[in-house]
Amino acid sequence: MIEGIIVQTLVKGSVYALLALGFALIFGVARVLQLSHTSFYMLAAYGLFTFTDIAFLGKYAPLSNPAVAIVLSLLITTGIGLAVYKLFIDRVREHHVTVMLITLAVAMAFQQIMVIIFSGQYRSAPSFVTGYWEILGVKVAYQNVLVFVAAGIVLLIVWALLQKTRLGIAIRATAQDTEIANLMGINVSTILFLVMGIAAALAAIAGILVAPTMVLEPGMLWPPFVMVMAIITLGGLGSIKGSVIGAFILALVETLVVFLLPTGAFLKGAAALLVMIIVLIFRPEGLFGIVFEEERL
Amino acid sequence: MLSRLFKDFQGDIIAIPGRLIALIFFVLLFLFPAFTQQSYILRMLIFTNMFVIFAVSWDFISGYTGQMNFGHALFFGVAAYVTAMLNRGAPLGPHWPIWATIPIGALAAVVAGVIMCLPALRLRGPYLALVTLAFPLILLGVIFSFTQFTGGELGISGIDRMTDSRVADYYISVVVMLVSVLIMWKLTDAQSSLVRTGIIMHAIREDEIAARASGINTIAYKLFAFAVGGFFAGLSGAMYAHFLRIAGPSSLDLTLSFQAIIWTVFGGIVSIYGAVVGTYILYPLTESLRFISEYRLLIFAVIVILILLFMPEGIAVWIRDKIERQCPRCKLTNVSWRHACRACGADLY
Repeated sequence: MIEGIIVQTLVKGSVYALLALGFALIFGVARVLQLSHTSFYMLAAYGLFTFTDIAFLGKYAPLSNPAVAIVLSLLITTGIGLAVYKLFIDRVREHHVTVMLITLAVAMAFQQIMVIIFSGQYRSAPSFVTGYWEILGVKVAYQNVLVFVAAGIVLLIVWALLQKTRLGIAIRATAQDTEIANLMGINVSTILFLVMGIAAALAAIAGILVAPTMVLEPGMLWPPFVMVMAIITLGGLGSIKGSVIGAFILALVETLVVFLLPTGAFLKGAAALLVMIIVLIFRPEGLFGIVFEEERL
Repeated sequence: MLSRLFKDFQGDIIAIPGRLIALIFFVLLFLFPAFTQQSYILRMLIFTNMFVIFAVSWDFISGYTGQMNFGHALFFGVAAYVTAMLNRGAPLGPHWPIWATIPIGALAAVVAGVIMCLPALRLRGPYLALVTLAFPLILLGVIFSFTQFTGGELGISGIDRMTDSRVADYYISVVVMLVSVLIMWKLTDAQSSLVRTGIIMHAIREDEIAARASGINTIAYKLFAFAVGGFFAGLSGAMYAHFLRIAGPSSLDLTLSFQAIIWTVFGGIVSIYGAVVGTYILYPLTESLRFISEYRLLIFAVIVILILLFMPEGIAVWIRDKIERQCPRCKLTNVSWRHACRACGADLY
């Protein structure tokens, strides 16, 4: 059982880490809560379904190819993410609450558009790889191994991008102090645009990776939505390290509750949120958050 | 005496278009059953009145003190469930009558509000929004895992009706709505000479540290805001449960919390009447779109996006600014199409 818990935690945690990382990047750079973030996860999963499902494609069925489907849904979702930023977020960026409300309305709108196009019924996308691998007596589907490995590689790429490239330095500088970064010759609005693209792409990768392992329905954006909120609050808003570590902590909590409690499936979200609240009572800025002196009470 | 009253009425209500519209609206509300007694329309208006209380209480907590509460459905749901459990009786104790369940439900919401305050008092901005978001979701998890008490997905059904006639229900809802809105409006009135809460809540929103430095116990006032807002949200939740005769998990839903925010922002935040106008426009509109239910939420979302982008101060405030103008000399409110102030004669342009 312990092996099962570890495997589940690693797989879930890596997906949550991908989602939370993008969210933390946007918050860090633009200081806004982009609540439609997990709808890109949902859109990408549906994209994968659309481009691989023979019946749905109709006469374009010969075009269906997993690699093409992955690239197409990734590109389309990123494009939608950038469009959402340009059309809605960019204009009201200065007003926190307005951004939260507008992105929430965008998430609701995406969910309804998906209901209208695909109807509310459950769909499933095919696995990229079949079969399983036995580690320590636990059967781990290759798909889950793929999720973990791919997520790890993507996280490493993002880390390298942030630490080693000029763009990464610019992103971190903007996150530290927008005005000074602007004075140093960094085009802040371009950086925000790029970060939004990176975040949407990360969410899309998470959606594409997990799509084969779960049922697709338009409401699928809400469970990870709640988890991502809990993770980034726990890790400290805007902290990249915090979001990745928080993702694995809450994935562990969630898996433990599911494995140990009889009604765990209903309580997993509640338990994760409870952990978040308890941490915040003792550390109001989250585990790795930074408090600015003027924000302290 | 009477002529004095009439003069006050003429000067303070008839002359100010916003108040005149409010007066006409209230009179129409009271006369409404004389025009039509269609069950469906009355039912929709009853629910609208309940949601008006709900939205106004959100404005009271979040609009006035600036504590962004994204889990306002907690109060609504706690009150609805407590009311339904007490009224149904069966597995837990005796059957409680309706006049006891509603106040107890509302008080349970106050307790929920105070508990929510424990972390809320230490957190600010986005952290607070996310923590308040978490509370109703935690409770939902608990409700789904103790199905023998809560009915799980189906909720608790078969609770008492408010009254036997729909018209009586309607009048109860109108009166309760008016009294609650009036109380919250008075408590938040910054110019009031009777209560200090209005101006203090404004101060907390604008600059909490400055308010503390001026010797205001901001924690006590935030607690007060959560308790009063929680009470009225709970009142609406408890009455809603009796009108609908069912308390289900949808009363704790994320969408309900967001609807309160959206109604208020649509009408105009930090103005009690904005929440009233917003709810009275949006709720009947979305209800009557039920025949195209797939597009209902989409239309709702699109309206919200458009309003936030192009009319960010809210529709009620936008209209008020169009029809009212403050005299630059004596600060008296005038109809915007007057050229000179009605009291001091100063030029309004």
